[in-house]
Amino acid sequence: MTGGSKPKKTIVPKKNPMPSQDPFLRAKNFNEVALGYTEQAVVAEANRCLQCKNAPCRQGCPVEVDIPAFIGLAAERDFAGAIKKLKEKNALPAVCGRVCPQESQCEKYCTLGKKNEPVAIGRIERYCADWELANGVLPQQVNPPTGKSVAVVGSGPAGLTCAADLAKLGHEVTVFEALHVPGGVLMYGIPEFRLPKKVVQAEINNLKNLGVNIEVNAVVGKFAVVDELLNGGGFDAVFIGTGAGLPYFMNIPGENACGVYSANEFLTRTNLMKAYRFPDADTPIRVGDKVAVLGGGNVAMDAARTALRLGAKESWIVYRRSKNELPARHEEVEHAEEEGVKFAFLTSPTRIIYNSDYWVIAMECLQYKLGEPDASGRRSPVPIPGSEFVMDVDTVVVAIGQGPNPLVPRTTKGLECNKKGNIVADLATGATSKPGVFAGGDVVTGAATVILAMGAGRTAAKAIHAYLNGDS
Amino acid sequence: MYRIVKKELLAPTLNLFEIEAPLVARKALAGQFVILRINGEGERIPLTIADFDRAGGTITCVFQEVGKTTKELGALGEGDFLQDFVGPLGLPSHVENYGSVICVGGGVGVAPVFPIARALKEAGNEVVGIIGARTKELLFWEEKMRSACSELRVTTDDGSYVRKGFVTDLLREAIEEKKNTSLCVAIGPLPMMRAVCSLTREYGLKTIVSLNSIMVDGTGMCGCCRVTVGGETKFACVDGPEFDGHLVDFEEMARRAVIYKPQEQLAVARYVENHGHNCSCSCGGGR
Ligand SMILES: Cc1cc2nc3c(=O)[nH]c(=O)nc-3n(C[C@H](O)[C@H](O)[C@H](O)COP(=O)(O)OP(=O)(O)OC[C@H]3O[C@@H](n4cnc5c(N)ncnc54)[C@H](O)[C@@H]3O)c2cc1C
Ligand SMILES: Cc1cc2nc3c(=O)[nH]c(=O)nc-3n(C[C@H](O)[C@H](O)[C@H](O)COP(=O)(O)OP(=O)(O)OC[C@H]3O[C@@H](n4cnc5c(N)ncnc54)[C@H](O)[C@@H]3O)c2cc1C
Ligand code: SF4
Ligand code: SF4
Ligand code: FES
Repeated sequence: MTGGSKPKKTIVPKKNPMPSQDPFLRAKNFNEVALGYTEQAVVAEANRCLQCKNAPCRQGCPVEVDIPAFIGLAAERDFAGAIKKLKEKNALPAVCGRVCPQESQCEKYCTLGKKNEPVAIGRIERYCADWELANGVLPQQVNPPTGKSVAVVGSGPAGLTCAADLAKLGHEVTVFEALHVPGGVLMYGIPEFRLPKKVVQAEINNLKNLGVNIEVNAVVGKFAVVDELLNGGGFDAVFIGTGAGLPYFMNIPGENACGVYSANEFLTRTNLMKAYRFPDADTPIRVGDKVAVLGGGNVAMDAARTALRLGAKESWIVYRRSKNELPARHEEVEHAEEEGVKFAFLTSPTRIIYNSDYWVIAMECLQYKLGEPDASGRRSPVPIPGSEFVMDVDTVVVAIGQGPNPLVPRTTKGLECNKKGNIVADLATGATSKPGVFAGGDVVTGAATVILAMGAGRTAAKAIHAYLNGDS
Repeated sequence: MYRIVKKELLAPTLNLFEIEAPLVARKALAGQFVILRINGEGERIPLTIADFDRAGGTITCVFQEVGKTTKELGALGEGDFLQDFVGPLGLPSHVENYGSVICVGGGVGVAPVFPIARALKEAGNEVVGIIGARTKELLFWEEKMRSACSELRVTTDDGSYVRKGFVTDLLREAIEEKKNTSLCVAIGPLPMMRAVCSLTREYGLKTIVSLNSIMVDGTGMCGCCRVTVGGETKFACVDGPEFDGHLVDFEEMARRAVIYKPQEQLAVARYVENHGHNCSCSCGGGR
């Protein structure tokens, strides 16, 4: 070969398949579903990448991971180099490789994906991160102490990323977390079988090694309000990443009956409190024979799949629109179907029926049809009059969305919020209406994704750094 | 980790713990609660703040051994540690000078009503305290309550101490006598709070109750603690735990309180089997 041009790659049309647990078996256990690539498979997959000069894939990644660079290193089996490259942009690669909606982000823009299947960017990312967790984490560089300190409220992906970046810049960082473990939704919401909790804790240990101090059992707004952290608390700035943890209910009759859970409660009992191990773990959960999960997003899929693992004979997704409109990730819907989750589309409950002991026995539902597209661009569901029917169920999980927890907004003077209760923050800096207070993640955007929350944490860290240096 | 600095047996199966938690003590107010977890497998259970010492950095909780977690808690002693302890949670009691108020504590409810009575008296109210227990040996904090109230009335269900009767009997007498009472605060077992509310409703006397619905996080995240108050759904952990008792749907509360009864029975049976009957009650114990 002359002229420096590389040999033209042969295109491999399909992704290397992800080995996964047999659907039949896995529907009964909480072990991780996707088992991860072998070294051979990851190298083969990395070699599918065309190393495009303009790297269109990068524009799909909210934190702009240098995708061709890390994949190139993985192709050469330089996993230490690959993870270093990843971590330049992404503080939690083992998490993102597993839960990013890659099909609508990085992989959506992959050149290969135009005619064939895109490069499995997330799977390669996961491999590199797991490689690091197994082979010992490389120390990261931390700047000398600046003498400034920052309080981070909430330890979800937004707070953790913000904390990591500020710590690397030499600031002293304390994260305050309301629950007894850090991680936010990664710990209490996303199930073990999709994101093992030891992976999350390993990523969090990396942060601790950067010198980040994490205080659990610390509810800001209760043991101290934001103003106290700033004045007298010894902090020079505050980042709020308290997420969207307030569960919405349908406001239909019977919703407070026994056997009706919010998805948050259902998943928290199972993931955070390990109710699937009851009575070895102390927190109980009750799942009947036939479970109905209301909603069609990732949270609903997680709840429906969890219900099967907890012993439900039937687990139903009850969704107002049709399969095409399901907001959940495609892969999650597929996994749910494989495991035996059933779907009642174009259906929504109007009333929950309970017996004299207040236990759920059935749900009255209405049939819907699809009408004109609404503001979200999806065809809106229109109820069909007179189509009421009764669905026998004994457990109902409401997974129709979450809003921001009002604790911090309510107790912070001068913090502007919008009508939905989200904190108003400049998306380019995370700055709020209150000087020295920044915010990002679900508490600003409403329920979104892990990687967007991380991106917001990173953006805010830059702005906080500038603020502390007095250049803003 | 949070150290138990003092333990006192107030009555059989009724323990007082003083727990070192300076950040909670700094902010604690009457009416609020904490959530604790004994160890890594433990359940998060809420307990009301019965007293606090800001200078000493401690919180006092009084709890009844009713199931696995509270039995396991009761088996701990001074110097032992709790893994998790978070608070102060919930809204504090609304304290102002109403003039004349009645504070009713039934059973273990005497503990949470104490700091409220004290705060109301400090705010200038005339506070009539009413406390009661099933029997004499279950009655506690009589002197402490007397010091927090302008006047204290005591009863036992079985008449083994002072007089025979329910707290509601004393409450009716006090309302009739006092005429000018403008608020009643009642804390105790669900049936007692319910009975107090139906009595005070007769007199149109506004009544505050503290609801102990089942909780998980205590921060408004799970909705487990939801109760119907005045036809609206409220989260007891963040909107309460105190509510206008005349608006509470007690029937629904009572049903929701026993959601996990089969699991609770299994857990406690297993615990007793593994640990022997080491509770502090006077039942004789042993396997
Ligand atoms: C079941 C479920 C499945 C999901 N699946 C996916 C997925 O597959 N892929 C994906 O990209 N996204 C997924 N998401 C969304 C994603 O998890 C969230 O968008 C993301 O976690 C938001 O991060 P955050 O840091 O803003 O907040 P959170 O993760 O919500 O963390 C906020 C933290 O703040 C704490 N906190 C709240 N108030 C206080 C306070 N007053 N004081 C101290 N601490 C406080 C909370 O306890 C919590 O730990 C899922 C969400 C759920 C619920
Ligand atoms: C705001 C609040 C304040 C409370 N204050 C006190 C107090 O000061 N002293 C005291 O003795 N008790 C108090 N309780 C009740 C106490 O939390 C329960 O007795 C305890 O959780 C029982 O746990 P267990 O495992 O020993 O019993 P279990 O066998 O699990 O249950 C026995 C009873 O406790 C209730 N319970 C079980 N789990 C929970 C839970 N996670 N949260 C709430 N209730 C539950 C059940 O309804 C059941 O009736 C309070 C409850 C609340 C919500
Ligand atoms: S962080 Fe997420 S979006 Fe970015 S490259 Fe990794 S998997 Fe893709
Ligand atoms: S667009 Fe696809 S093929 Fe091109 S560099 Fe990115 S991952 Fe590789
Ligand atoms: S205990 Fe979870 S919302 Fe109240």
